Amino acid sequence: MSDPVPFRPFQAGTQPPLDHAAYGSTRLRHPNRPLRRLAQTVSETTGPAFTRALFPEIADMTRQGKAAPLGERIIVAGRVTDEDGRPVPNTMIELWQANAAGRYAHPRDTHDAPADPNFPGEGRVFTDAEGHYRFVTIKPGAYPWRNHHNAWRPVHIHFSLFGSGFAQRLITQMYFPGDPLLEFDPIYHAVSDAGARERLVSRFDLDVTEPEWALGYRFDIVLRGRGATPFEDGEAH
Amino acid sequence: MPAATASQTIGPYWHLIEHAEWADLTRFGAEGERITVTGRVTDGEGAPVSDAAVEIWQSSPPADEHFPGYGRAATDGEGRFRFVTVKPEAVPGLGNQTQAPHLSVVLLARGLMTALRTRLYFEGEALNETDPLLAAIADPAERATLIARPAGSGSWTLDIRLQGEGETIFLEV
Ligand SMILES: [Fe+2]
Repeated sequence: MSDPVPFRPFQAGTQPPLDHAAYGSTRLRHPNRPLRRLAQTVSETTGPAFTRALFPEIADMTRQGKAAPLGERIIVAGRVTDEDGRPVPNTMIELWQANAAGRYAHPRDTHDAPADPNFPGEGRVFTDAEGHYRFVTIKPGAYPWRNHHNAWRPVHIHFSLFGSGFAQRLITQMYFPGDPLLEFDPIYHAVSDAGARERLVSRFDLDVTEPEWALGYRFDIVLRGRGATPFEDGEAH
Repeated sequence: MPAATASQTIGPYWHLIEHAEWADLTRFGAEGERITVTGRVTDGEGAPVSDAAVEIWQSSPPADEHFPGYGRAATDGEGRFRFVTVKPEAVPGLGNQTQAPHLSVVLLARGLMTALRTRLYFEGEALNETDPLLAAIADPAERATLIARPAGSGSWTLDIRLQGEGETIFLEV
């Protein structure tokens, strides 16, 4: 049996470091030792295959309560590809976010903002054969966190992707264009490469927008490509 | 083409997508040797990491409609996680190598800017001696951070230490 084709290493500066002093919670949670390189085997190049039958879609996050949630209805759409531009088809995307007032339907969220019983804040969609996805939600609110004095998270939606191999597993956050809080956010700024950072910001898109109904934002996601530049020695060390 | 999208932390509120049953990989009727895998996640001061998502993926036995191969468990107030799954068999390695039975582990939490990856092997497996990853770790104490110990009646346990004394071996793949 021939060896599986590994996913390529990440490009320098495009991923945040584990030790990031400006984000206080990393202080006691980052390993002190460098990561040990592991040549990818089937354990890394294969991954779970979810199906809509067993993991039903929640493509409209505004219809999970008895009534519509408060806030501005929006549409988010985009495409999931790999670094070679190939679509990632039929892959599951998990979504979660705060309500329009900046509060999560979560017992540990103590922010003094109203809860919204009509917005549990969970979504789940699958990409189609060309890698496209789309969901409907409300625009979340900004919320304070205690990382530093007067710390506020920019408006964001959390994304979880699986891709086609476990080495492609990605958790990220989608931001909104023109948010003045981005400038001050240490989580966003942990990505040192400006281009990679800016690709975390969705774009307003009139083609995604639906007349008389909801603004649309486009957020494209790129997962690691499979390819020919493995680690130099190809062995764990 | 642009590089892969940057990772961002899963944050403290990821439980909005938590489904406790995902920690039981046998829930669709999988056959095979049923095992329980538990452990405790602690930080650089030994304090429990009570808001982590622990994920496992195993390529053995092969995933099918009765066995997803993937599970996710939330840590509790003491940092503990618990999975029910099917014990993996040996897995092909690169070339003509064979890997000892193992689970791939991904750890996600507030304060982790990217996923932390490690593996969970099983104490007493003969193949542990020749497993390419385990055999390359010279220090037995470091190697032990990847090997779950039996805890009676099909239970296995392995603690995960994020930082400091007894720090788990984390992997870059
Ligand atoms: Fe958040």
